[in-house]
Amino acid sequence: MPAAVDYLLHLADNALVLGQRNAEWCGHGPILEEDIALSNVSLDLIGQARLLYQLAAARQGGDCTEDRLAYFRDTPAFRNYTLLELPQHGPLSGYAQAGPDYATTIVRNFLYSALMALLWEALERSADGDLAAIAAKSVKEVRYHLRHARDWLVRLGDGTGESHARAQAALDHLFPYTREFWTASPAETAAVAAGAGINAATLRADWEAIVDAALAEATLQRPEVGGYVSEGKLGIHSEHLGFLLAEMQSLARAHPQGVW
Amino acid sequence: MSTALKEWPLWEVFVRSKQGLEHKHCGSLHAADAAQALEMARDVYTRRQEGVSIWVVESRAITASNPDEKGELFDPAADKIYRHPTFYDIPDEVGHM
Repeated sequence: MPAAVDYLLHLADNALVLGQRNAEWCGHGPILEEDIALSNVSLDLIGQARLLYQLAAARQGGDCTEDRLAYFRDTPAFRNYTLLELPQHGPLSGYAQAGPDYATTIVRNFLYSALMALLWEALERSADGDLAAIAAKSVKEVRYHLRHARDWLVRLGDGTGESHARAQAALDHLFPYTREFWTASPAETAAVAAGAGINAATLRADWEAIVDAALAEATLQRPEVGGYVSEGKLGIHSEHLGFLLAEMQSLARAHPQGVW
Repeated sequence: MSTALKEWPLWEVFVRSKQGLEHKHCGSLHAADAAQALEMARDVYTRRQEGVSIWVVESRAITASNPDEKGELFDPAADKIYRHPTFYDIPDEVGHM
């Protein structure tokens, strides 16, 4: 059976929100070569999002389009993991500000890509042929994202004292948000029942093997986590997503019929 | 932990296109080591489907001829057109060579 629109939106929003976050580095990368590499990752993610939004729009019917789904939905309608909307720096309090931190970018891309390399691979066998085709294209892209992020994770973790400390701090900050991967939302449960989706919890052991091997090589410690589990995929987001969407959507909303 | 490199070495990048038989020089980039140079070459030089294979070599490993010696190195070949294999009659059965 084909996947329902809300499951496609979960996958699409993940790709779009992380693509938009990583695009913040465009023109500001630590070095030219890395600037291009990360922009490539963003373009891959936005490309995945487009395919999924087009499929979702077709299934929703009416006058729905990919642009309507990307640019004219508000924060509570987005179904991405909270992990992906967090800023490119660690937690702040009060009115504190911080510049972007590359370790945060790399750790997040690593944790998400490790999941998606497994998830897209599993979705290639989805009963939903259209989704399986998107998965087949996306899995190649995400395998490279994982390779890129893992390479940098090891370089930063097993690098200088400064780079190690920043990589560990980013890991301590972001790792708790990965717990959201393993809880099943109603959209995921329905997609699994239809044979179209994957129960991500079944991928957890493989994900942990990928993560633990990389962390060992990077001389980083996997933090012990417990307590609150984020619920971005249910539409309950951090305060950061609204700002990200405002920046991303403002142009399309100012010129709703605009084409280029 | 080793000390940080302040300046990454330069690498020359060679890419073989889908139809091409040989790797062609396409540019250079900075990277910390060979593995990273290969990854960055993929991102910088094969974004538009330019290639199916990449070589990288550290620029300092290349020994280059001196442009000032161009005269003595290359000019003597200019009047020896008989070195080009264009003075043979090729039988039709051989076809394209």
